[in-house]
Amino acid sequence: MLPQNDSRVAAATPAAAPGPLFPFVLQLADTSLILAHRLSEWCGHGPVLEQDLAMANIALDLLGEARSYYQYAAELEGQGRTEDDLAYLRSAVEYRNPLLVEQPNNDFAHTILRQFLFDNFHYHLLKALLTCPDTQLAAIAEKSVKEASYHLKWSSEWVIRLGDGTPESRQRLEKAIATLWRFGEELTTATPSEKALQELGVLPDYATLLPAMQAHTAYVFAEATLPLPGPVFGQQGGKTGRHTEHLGYLLSELQYMQRTYPGLTW
Amino acid sequence: MVTAAAPTEAHIWQLLEEVSDPEVPVLSILDLGIVRAVAVAGDQITVTITPTYSGCPAMNVIATEIRLRLLAEGYSNVVIHNQLSPAWTTDWMSQAGREKLEAYGIAPPVDGTATGHVLNLFGKDTAVRCPVCKSTHTHLVSQFGSTACKAHYQCDDCLEPFDYFKCHN
Ligand SMILES: [Zn+2]
Repeated sequence: MLPQNDSRVAAATPAAAPGPLFPFVLQLADTSLILAHRLSEWCGHGPVLEQDLAMANIALDLLGEARSYYQYAAELEGQGRTEDDLAYLRSAVEYRNPLLVEQPNNDFAHTILRQFLFDNFHYHLLKALLTCPDTQLAAIAEKSVKEASYHLKWSSEWVIRLGDGTPESRQRLEKAIATLWRFGEELTTATPSEKALQELGVLPDYATLLPAMQAHTAYVFAEATLPLPGPVFGQQGGKTGRHTEHLGYLLSELQYMQRTYPGLTW
Repeated sequence: MVTAAAPTEAHIWQLLEEVSDPEVPVLSILDLGIVRAVAVAGDQITVTITPTYSGCPAMNVIATEIRLRLLAEGYSNVVIHNQLSPAWTTDWMSQAGREKLEAYGIAPPVDGTATGHVLNLFGKDTAVRCPVCKSTHTHLVSQFGSTACKAHYQCDDCLEPFDYFKCHN
C-alpha cells in the first residue's frame, strides 16, 4: 500500500537530539493513516456509488498526507527506519492517533459524524500550520489544507442532510453523537510533546483554534436542526498510546502482509 | 543503449513533453504543470515534480516513466525530486492541455472556481461546459469523481455524464 518512494521529501534539518517534533509528526501520520484505513473499509459498501467514491477519495488524500508525515518522521528519527517500518511494524501501544479515528465505521451516520469531528479540527490545524516555522510541516500543510477543505465541506453537508433529513437519518445521527461526541475533546487536548512544541512556537496553542471550530460546529448543527450537545466526559488516551480495543483489530488487518511476509515488496 | 551526449536542459524538457499522465493519457506531464524544474549538472539530471493531490497514485508511475524516457536517450543518472511547496494548482495547466482535455471528453478546470471553501456549504455548482454538446446546462453529481482530481457532472441537455477536472487553487 505504501510503495517505496524513490525520492524523499526535501530534507529539513533534522534535530540533533530526538526532540518533541518526532512524536508529534508520528501522531499526525498515525491519525491520517488510521482514518484512511477506516474510510477504505467502506470501499464497495457505500450507501450509493457517489458516496462510496467520495470516501475512497478522502481515504486516498489522507493516505497521501500520512506518507508525507511518515517520510518526515523517519528522517527526523534518523535511525534508518523507513516510512513502511513506521506504518507496518509498530504495535498498537506505539500508535499515537487519537481514539476518535480508530472508532469503527458502524453505520453511515457514525462515519459522517466521526469525519466531521476530525475534519473540523484537521482543517483548522492545517490552516494554522501554514505559518509553522518548521518548513517541512508548513509544506505538508500547504498541500493538505486544500484537500481538507473539501473533506470538511463534504462531512458538514452530510451532517446537515442527515440531521435535517428523515426521522430515520436524524435518529441515526443522534445515536452517533451519543457515541462519538466524547472523543472530540482529545483532538485539542495537548500531550506533553504538543505542549513542548506550543512553547517553542512550532504549534499553535489549541485554544486559539477553538473559536473557529466551535463557530463552524454551531453553524452546521443549526442548519441540521440539531441541538448542540452539552459538555460530556471526554475520552482520551490514544495520543499517548492507550487505545480502545478496536485499534488492535484494525492493525492486524492493516499490517497483515508485512507481519506475515517481512520485507515483502511489489 | 544509445550513448548520451551531454544533456542540455532544453533537450530534457523536450523529452518530458513525451511523458504522459497515466490517468489522462492525452495530457503530457508538462501540460499538467507538475514538472517544476529541470537542472543539469555534469551528467546528473534532476527533475523536480509536484503531486496534484497528496495521495495521487500516478506519481510513482510518472517518476518511473520519466526515468525510462531519459534512459532511452542514454541518461541514467537521474534524480527525481518531489516538491510539496508551492502546492500544485490548476493554474499551472497549459492552454493546450485544457483543449486536449475537452477534446478527450473531460471538462477542463474553470479558473477561479475552487469550490472547496468550507463556508460555501451547498453552494451553487460551478457552471461547467459539457465536453460533448458544449451546453453549460449541467449539474454536479459528486465533488469526488473517478480520480482525486476530478468531479462528476452530468449534462442536462444531452444527458451525458462526464468528468470535470476540478479547479484547485
Ligand atoms: Zn451535453
